[in-house]
Amino acid sequence: MDKQLMKGNEAIAEAAVRAGCKFFAGYPITPQSEILEYLSWRMPEEDGVFIQSESELAGISMVYGAAATGFRTMTSSSGPGYSLLQEGISYIASAELPCLLVNVMRYGSGLGDIFVGQSDYWQTVKNGGHGDYRSIVYAPASVQEAADLVRLGFDKAEEYRNPVTLLSDASIGQMMEPVDLPKIIDHDPDKYDWTASGKGERKFNRITSNMYYMDNFDEYISKKYKTIEENEQLWEEFHTEDAEYVLVAYGISSRISIEAVEAVRKKGIKAGLIRPISLYPFPVKAFEGLKDVKGLISVEMTKLSQMAEDVALASRMKVPVYGITGGTELYEVEDVVESILEIVDGKAKEVI
Amino acid sequence: MVIKSKPEACFVDNKYCPGCGHGIINRLVAEVLEEMGEEKKAIGAIAVGCASLMPDTFGIDCIQAQHGRAAAVAVGVKNCRPDNMVFSYQGDGDALAIGFSETMYAAIRNDNITVIFVNNGNFGMTGGQMAPTTLEGQRTTTSPKGRDIMATGAPLNVINLMKTLDVAYLARGSVDGNANIMKTKKYIREAFEAQKNKEGYSFVEVLSPCPTNWNKSPQDSMKHIRETVVKTYEMGVYAERRGDNA
Repeated sequence: MDKQLMKGNEAIAEAAVRAGCKFFAGYPITPQSEILEYLSWRMPEEDGVFIQSESELAGISMVYGAAATGFRTMTSSSGPGYSLLQEGISYIASAELPCLLVNVMRYGSGLGDIFVGQSDYWQTVKNGGHGDYRSIVYAPASVQEAADLVRLGFDKAEEYRNPVTLLSDASIGQMMEPVDLPKIIDHDPDKYDWTASGKGERKFNRITSNMYYMDNFDEYISKKYKTIEENEQLWEEFHTEDAEYVLVAYGISSRISIEAVEAVRKKGIKAGLIRPISLYPFPVKAFEGLKDVKGLISVEMTKLSQMAEDVALASRMKVPVYGITGGTELYEVEDVVESILEIVDGKAKEVI
Repeated sequence: MVIKSKPEACFVDNKYCPGCGHGIINRLVAEVLEEMGEEKKAIGAIAVGCASLMPDTFGIDCIQAQHGRAAAVAVGVKNCRPDNMVFSYQGDGDALAIGFSETMYAAIRNDNITVIFVNNGNFGMTGGQMAPTTLEGQRTTTSPKGRDIMATGAPLNVINLMKTLDVAYLARGSVDGNANIMKTKKYIREAFEAQKNKEGYSFVEVLSPCPTNWNKSPQDSMKHIRETVVKTYEMGVYAERRGDNA
């Protein structure tokens, strides 16, 4: 046990090292640069390699090459930089390689700003890159969970031979909390038969879009993602058993939403919370048991209620869906409470 | 009587256009790797474009890189598996247009990889558009009146840029005729030797014919390299470092 106080970004970096990650390439961008800075000295301590790449395009390309060799590898970025990773992510998914990607979200489109925000939901969860692929996406709500999901992420990436994205945000990335990190493990890069490692005595391997060499590729790839959707949904529920109004929030927004749920319950409103931990696959199972719900409320730090579409789909459009939006600064619990009261009073418009 | 059997890596006939230089260059890479005893440990990062036909007919571990990023992919591979022979195989549109940054930064860092760079003066796979290497006045589908260097800048001689950097090996060869093919093979060998000796970045540019998009016969294409292309892109060894890190 070595519980210590760490920044979210540093916990992600240390958790990656302890998961046996041996190659990191990335580019500075706020608010994720601590991951880069931490790994610049930490990677060499464990005989790993750190490269500050000339761009995010180059960084994800290096990660693509590293992933192909069977080593555990990752990159991290934010907002505008994460946009530049999309080309590589599509190739990595297409070649079915495992790796961990981290997006420490900021706010806004274009240059946007480094303030708190959750405006990369669509890009990260729905794919910014081209073609038929998905990245498994996990959203941590605490420093501890960020570290835990790094380890899980590497495991799931290899289990499904698919990229996994950790969708953090500026708040989780920059806040300090106590974190309990697991012991470092060794990852054997030679345990898989699909790697680019020199053919030796086996038949050569081609790391490329697997559609080229597979007769039943369409069926195969659709089944792969259906399996992920069936087996990998993660979420947490809070007071949903009798809830008439269910907030849906991930990451930092879920922490404020829990307080808001408690506050409106004191006012006699039966509110609850579903906190998706996996955003792809979206935890639709969490919505199956809901009864007598009058409204679902997507609480996210984006102006366009990006996740609300998935909330609507998860509830099969049977329940009105509302959005509480924010960003650039953290909403206060009172702000969320006020918005909930407006919804309950019938004064708010549905998102969809 | 078999005078010289083809290398094992060329396990099936290549798929390039008739008269294309890629087939020769693929074979040279395969011969060098085999002669060095490295073909079982070699890993290639293969570019988008005509180069992307290579993994179909080249029997070593290969990664299909994104357009322009093959050098960066190779850097990722080499850092994880430093004992393997790692190379990128790229055309001129790939390495010098969209991938200029990745190409140059691998050289700037003196990354211990080998880049095989095929210069045929156009984007071949997409139908013969102008590339950074297209000669002044050369007609392509996007420079139908001939390349106007006042508008596009001059043909890019990347070795002139790289030779200002601290790299291990730079050479430019050609596949126009047996003598130059054998000389180019020697350059490729020296490039891989540099990598094996951990000297750092090695880069071999190969002038190569594209009869399909040059609208010339294979013979005339070779003649064109000999008489015209070499005036812009002189052949020879431009950097060579030996023994510093052996």
